[in-house]
This record gives sequence, structure tokens and C-alpha cells, in this order.
Amino acid sequence: MPEDFAPGPAPTRFGSNSGQPMTRRDGVAKVTGAAAFAADARPEGLLHAVVATSTVARGRVGVLDVAAALAHPGVLDVMTPTNRPALAADPDDKPHRFSFRFEALQDDRVRYAGQPIALVTAETPEAAAEGARLLAPRYEAEAPRLGFEGGVAYAPETVGIGSPPQFSRGDVEAGLATAARRIEAHYETPAQYHNAMEPHAVVAQWDGDRLILDLPHQAPVLGRAMFAAFFGAPPENVLIRTPFIGGGFGSKALVTGAHVLAVLAARKLGRPVKLALRRDQMFGPVGHRGATRQTLRLGIDAQGRLTALEHRSDGMTSSFDEFVEPAANASKNLYAAPAIAVSHGGVRADIGTPMAMRAPGEASGSAALECAVDEAALAAGLDPLAFRLLNYAETDPASGLPFSSKALRACYADGAGRFGWAGRPLEPRRMRDAQGRLLGWGIGTAQFPATMFAAQARATIRADGGAALEIAGVDMGQGAWTALAQIAADGVGLDAGRIELRSGSSDLPDGGIAGGSGHTATAGSALHAAGGDALAKLFEIAAADPASPLFGADNAGFVARDGRLRRRDDDSRSESYGEILARAGLSEVVGSGAASRPPSVAEACAMFAHGAVFAEVAVDPDLCQIRVTRMVGAFAAGRIVNPLLARSQLEGGMIWGLSFALHEEAEHDRVSGRVINADLAGYHVPSHADIPALDVLLVDEADAQVNPLGVKGVGELGITGAAGAIANAIWHATGVRARRFPIRIEALMG
Amino acid sequence: MTDMFPQQIDVALSVNGEAVEARVPAGRHLIDFLRLDLGLTGAHAGCEHGVCGACTVRVDGRSVRGCLMLAAQAHGAEVWTVEGLSETGEIADLQEAFVARNALQCGFCTPGMLVAAQELVASAPAPTREQIRERLSGNYCRCTGYEAIIDAVEAVAQARAGGAAR
Repeated sequence: MPEDFAPGPAPTRFGSNSGQPMTRRDGVAKVTGAAAFAADARPEGLLHAVVATSTVARGRVGVLDVAAALAHPGVLDVMTPTNRPALAADPDDKPHRFSFRFEALQDDRVRYAGQPIALVTAETPEAAAEGARLLAPRYEAEAPRLGFEGGVAYAPETVGIGSPPQFSRGDVEAGLATAARRIEAHYETPAQYHNAMEPHAVVAQWDGDRLILDLPHQAPVLGRAMFAAFFGAPPENVLIRTPFIGGGFGSKALVTGAHVLAVLAARKLGRPVKLALRRDQMFGPVGHRGATRQTLRLGIDAQGRLTALEHRSDGMTSSFDEFVEPAANASKNLYAAPAIAVSHGGVRADIGTPMAMRAPGEASGSAALECAVDEAALAAGLDPLAFRLLNYAETDPASGLPFSSKALRACYADGAGRFGWAGRPLEPRRMRDAQGRLLGWGIGTAQFPATMFAAQARATIRADGGAALEIAGVDMGQGAWTALAQIAADGVGLDAGRIELRSGSSDLPDGGIAGGSGHTATAGSALHAAGGDALAKLFEIAAADPASPLFGADNAGFVARDGRLRRRDDDSRSESYGEILARAGLSEVVGSGAASRPPSVAEACAMFAHGAVFAEVAVDPDLCQIRVTRMVGAFAAGRIVNPLLARSQLEGGMIWGLSFALHEEAEHDRVSGRVINADLAGYHVPSHADIPALDVLLVDEADAQVNPLGVKGVGELGITGAAGAIANAIWHATGVRARRFPIRIEALMG
Repeated sequence: MTDMFPQQIDVALSVNGEAVEARVPAGRHLIDFLRLDLGLTGAHAGCEHGVCGACTVRVDGRSVRGCLMLAAQAHGAEVWTVEGLSETGEIADLQEAFVARNALQCGFCTPGMLVAAQELVASAPAPTREQIRERLSGNYCRCTGYEAIIDAVEAVAQARAGGAAR
């Protein structure tokens, strides 16, 4: 196969790497099966571990038949709370806000179904699985507290990760009192599970006091520190290798009990240990999107302008830790209501702790908000797009600050044009397709914060004129290894083909977390800065060298292009990186860079990516079967580093939105507390046949404030807006407002 | 009871054109045999009950779920995985189209998707987009790149049909 695939006609390059639709650098490895995922590691002497998980949701583990498990041929070790080696840190401690409690056999308590209760290690995976089965646990079970009715309501101090649970601006009650019309609606969203294609796996090896982990991890340097803490090791003695992740979506940013136990088993038995969760074991200990119940109250004046917007969300969390879906925050920054109040409540139940799942808060909150806004538009007698334009926020409704950029009007216009929105009847049940199905059109606005974390990077320009860029970045499918290489190449003034990007390993400079749609902006900024630092050092050498064409150019400055430094005021005077280093007798020059958002920027403007999603559904008038027949999304997310990859991210997000609207729901058995559809047959993720024609439009948006690269992020934006657009289209087709997600046939049956 | 059944079974089969003989645990699934015993990393275990398609390989000419078939059942069979199909060049055009259109993201589903897509394109010369959706619905992509996958498979099917017509 050729090394590089050309996607159609070669694009005009203008000397830049960023902005070009380059194909993935890991593409060939992934289509040939060579890309190494954690579970592919097969070190010499590998043992296999299977974690036994609880089948009750609350109580204690009474009896485990350890003798039977140990008697099974090939079984080497059974770890239970009675013999589990000590850990250097308590899994129930929360030393920082990214710490979440987990179960590593610290006691015999069961706090949710699916919790680890023992670890069996054996010579083969078959023997380990049989050993785990032979444990035949018996429990002292207690009645589980489940659901909003059975759980314990409380007032959380924070929602999401460290966000305040309440916000208000203006007088909502006064706004509602003076409104010409008021809308109040209740929405329910279910528990959803990330279900990345790759099950959570680890291969753990000890080399003396060094620990090597092949482990999919969305924040390898943070993860290294956490593992180091549990094993009492200095961080530099722990190595996490995570070159490729088979999907993460927020569920692979944690330390989990099963992984810690596998590491303990490897140390105890003196051999490498592999553990991969079964699919059903991913419904509990590795996080999920918590269920919500939301209430929105909107007031509008006689013209349809919002006078007040109130959004309340109650979210499920576990009995022992906290992650409350920050759903109501979706209403803070989108529509121009003079009075806004958002608040959150929590409900504790005997379930695994929820966690960030692709667009945490934004997805659930947007689904409810966009439906409520549609109801308000109807009450105002306005087209839903016209209503959104009437209530367009020119400045951030929450802070009053200007937006760093906001091309949402263009998104509405481009998306509506492509979709053919004009002429949509206001009333429902007015359109049919050729098969007699009811057709409906709906719209939802997409919005996601332009997040930045902190990252560091290193750039090494070599005597051969190429460069190595290093950062502990993470490619979990979004294309970071490609997009970051494009930015890094620009940063060192080289073609992307001339640089080597080392990433995906915890011994590299900290790239932060791949999450919050902030990885490209954060890690990319650090790489770009590192390249600039290396170039500055190179220029300093050249400017001081009488033999260089750049001698004495200190004040003129330089530009770097195609592997050459050029005088900024006279680009005919230039020298290649290799020539500069050779004459200086250097093999390389090393630069470092760091990135984070200065507080002054966050205080000066509000930073969000936006979009408009349009959906068409067809509903069988007799059977009420719902099909999404087409979707158009138009998105503005600052500078698009790679339109080929960005389009895939946005399409993926829209499909997650469709899945939110129509498919995904984990159902708990009311007696046992188990997720009864804990597999990919019962837990519906969309297949090819569920997905219609999708159209993604990338709307130009320049943003000089969000970060020097002008990048906002596209990983989660596509989900927001999409679920609401589909729910609104279902109303337009049928006249039925379905306010419980996922929307199923029974919601439409009279 | 268990004594009536052998714990280990000797198998002889062809994998990617090479003869393989091995003694395997009786309960070992084909996917685990390919990955653990042979070190083939293309096919992946995703759901372990035949739904997600990440473990799809070709056995005696047909797409098979590696997680639903025991290694012992493959005795005497001809097995092809994405590695072998890459070496022979049989799916080079599909691979090229997948990369060119970014029809893969995390890539965990991709090898199985390619095996299934090759079976489809080889058996149905000019599938419609609806037929491609239907036939590939046993292969999940959670990321999810469905639109680009359909584009890639459709383009290859058309190119092959065009080439055959010439």
C-alpha cells in the first residue's frame, strides 16, 4: 500500500499543515491490524486475571468458595479482602478533584451490582474465568435503593467536576410573572454507558520496583501519578503506555479497582498479568452518564422574547461518591434571557458512580433545553428557528461578557439552507413521505465550552533538518496523533512529513487530559510553543554566527518555513536548520513549551463552540416506528485543524445525539439492582442501519482570543443540539411531545 | 462429568495461508486463539457474544464471529484475518478508501469492518447505500464513523464494478 493516501484532488497548501484534510497518520496501522491496543501485549510468562463481580447491589459478600477456585487446574491465585496485599493509598480517599472512589477489595461491602469482589489469576483466560465462576459468592444482601423514588435526595456541593450547583442572574420569578406566556415542562434522561468498542484492559508488569502498564488512559501522566500513589512508588517508576485507545468517551480517565488488583496480582505472582473487563463488567465500575430529571420554566413576552429561563436538574449519583450530571448548566450561556436561574439536586442510589461521558451535562441538558425552547416557540406562534434568532444572545447571558467569537447565525443560515428548512409548516402532522409516513422537521442549537487544560511539550530540531516533538498526548480515535502533528509541524516550520510526534506514553511531557474537547487546543498550543522555543534558540545561534546569512538579524527577527530560518524583513536571506546546527557543531537544539489559558482571557470573554442541527424523522402512523431520515449539522468551532478528522468527530457526535434521542438506556432490575441489559444486544447503540444520511458543514470562524491557535474543539459539540432536534422533529411529525429519553414507540401511542 | 471431555484439543488449520498446528484449551474461542496463540492483533474482542463484529474473521470463505466459534471447531478450516488479507492485497482498495475518507477513528472495529465489507463487496457487485447499511449492521462503530464507512465501501464497490465492466 502507498504510504500516503490522497483524499481526492490535492488541496492547496499555502505552506501550512494546519487546516489541511490530511489522512490519519495511524491509518495504515489501523486498517492492517498492526495498531497496538493494550490487550495486544503478550509479554513472556503472561498470566490472565478475571475479576469476579457482585450480583447484588447492596450488602456484604458472605461466602466465597476460594478452595474450589484454587482447585481448578491452572488457577494460581484468588485475591479477596482477607488476603489482598496492602495498598499505599486508600481507594476511598479523594486527594484531588479528579479522584474517584473505587473498589479494590478494601472490605467486603457491596455498594453496587457489578462491583469487583475477588480477583482470580490463572495460566489461561479460560481457567481464570472458570475459577471466578467457581467462587459462587453468597451475599448478605440488603434491599437496594434505586431510582429517583428509592434513592436519597441531597443537595450536592458541586456538580460535574467541581462546578457550583447553582447560578442565577436577574429575577426569574419577576420575569415569569410579567411574561405573556409561560411554559413549564419536565424531562427525563436515563443512565447511559460509554461502551467504547475496546473493553477496559491492562497488561501489568513489574521489573524490580518499576511498574509498566499497557493501559488505555485518557490522561497518562495523571494516571501515572495515581498508580504511583497506590503502589507507593515514585511516579518516574511507573510507565503507562497508551499509544492507541479503542474509544474512551470519558470512561478511560480513571483508575479502576480491577486494574489495581491486576497490578497487585502481577507483583504477588512475579509475572505479568493481563486483565480485560467483560462487556457486562463495563456497566458499573467504569462510570456512566447519570440519569436526570429536569424541569424547565420559560417566560416569553408577547413578541416571543424570553423574559425568564429556569432550569432545574436532579441527577443520580452513587451512595459513596459524587458525580452529578451538570445538566442545567446548558441553559446558562445560550439564549438571551434577562433572568436565568439554574440549579441542581442529587439523588444517591446503590449504583456505580457516574462519570463524565461525551458532553457530560451538555448532552442531557441540551436535550431538555432544546425541547423546551421548541415548546416556547410554538407558544409564541413562531417558527423554531425564528424563535432562536429572536432570542439570540449577542453577549454571554450568564456573565454579560462578549463571546470570543460566535458564528452561530451563520450556522443557522447555512444549516437551514442545506436542509431546506424554509417553508416548514408551523403545525405538526402536515407532511408525509411517499410511503405515507408522517414526516417532521426539528432543530436544535449546539453549544459546547471551548475548554483548555494545562500541557507541556518538548521540541528537538535535529541536524538532519527534521524534528521530534514530544508530548504525552492521547489518540483515542479523535485523531490527536494527526492533528497535533499538523500543529507541531507548523510550530517548527516543517512539513508534517518531516516531524516525528512521540505521544501516548507517560514518560513524555504532560499533555494533560484528552477530554472536555480541549486536547487539540491545549496539547497543540504546548507543541506549537515548544517548536517556537526551539526555533528561537536556533535563531540565536545563527544571528551570533558571522558565517550565517542571518548574522546580526537579532532585531529583524525571523520566520521559519520549510526547514529554513529567514530574516523577517528579507526572506531571501535564509539558512536551513541543518546548516545552522552543523556549523555550530551541535547535533540538536531542544525547546520546551507550555500551554494553559491565562485567567485574564477567561475574565475578558466567554468562549464556546456553536452549531445548528436539523433533523427529519419519519414516523409510521400505525406502528409509531420512528426513523431519522436525514440530519444536517452546521458547526463553528474556531480554526479547524483538519477538516477530514473534524467532520468525523462532528458526525460521530450527531450519531451520539441520535442515540441519546432514540436508543440508549440502561435499565436496572428493581430487586437486584443489576443492569438487566448489560450487553451490546440489550443496550442499544446505533448500527449502520439506524443511521441516515448525515451532512456536516464547517462554518468559518476566526477567534484570536480563545487561544493563540484559534482552536475550540469538536469532540463533543455534535451531540448537543442533535437529541433535541430529533425530539422536536418527532413532535412535528406526530404532534406528541415526548419528554422522556430515549423516545420509544410507546411514547407515541395514544 | 468433566473427565468425559478432554481439556486440551489438538487442532490443525490454515491461518492466512500458513499451516498451523496447536494444542488448545477446549474452551478457547477462535478469537483468543488467533490473538493469544498466534499473536494476530487485528481482530479484537469487543462484546464476546457475537453482536459488535470487532472479532470478524473469514473462515472457509465466510465472515465468522471469532468470539462465537471455538478454536477446536476451526480444525481443518481455512482462516483469514485482516493481516492475511492485507498481505495478499485482496482488500488494498478498501483499506485505501477507509484511510482516504477517515472511515476509521479509534480503529478497534476497523479490521472486522473490513472483513465484513470485503465479503459484501465480493458478493454484491453494486450494492446500494441501503444495502451496505443493512449488510454492515453487524459491525458496530461507537466513535462513530458510519457515514464515512458507507462512503468508502460504496466507492470501492463502484470502482470494482467499473473495473470489471472495462
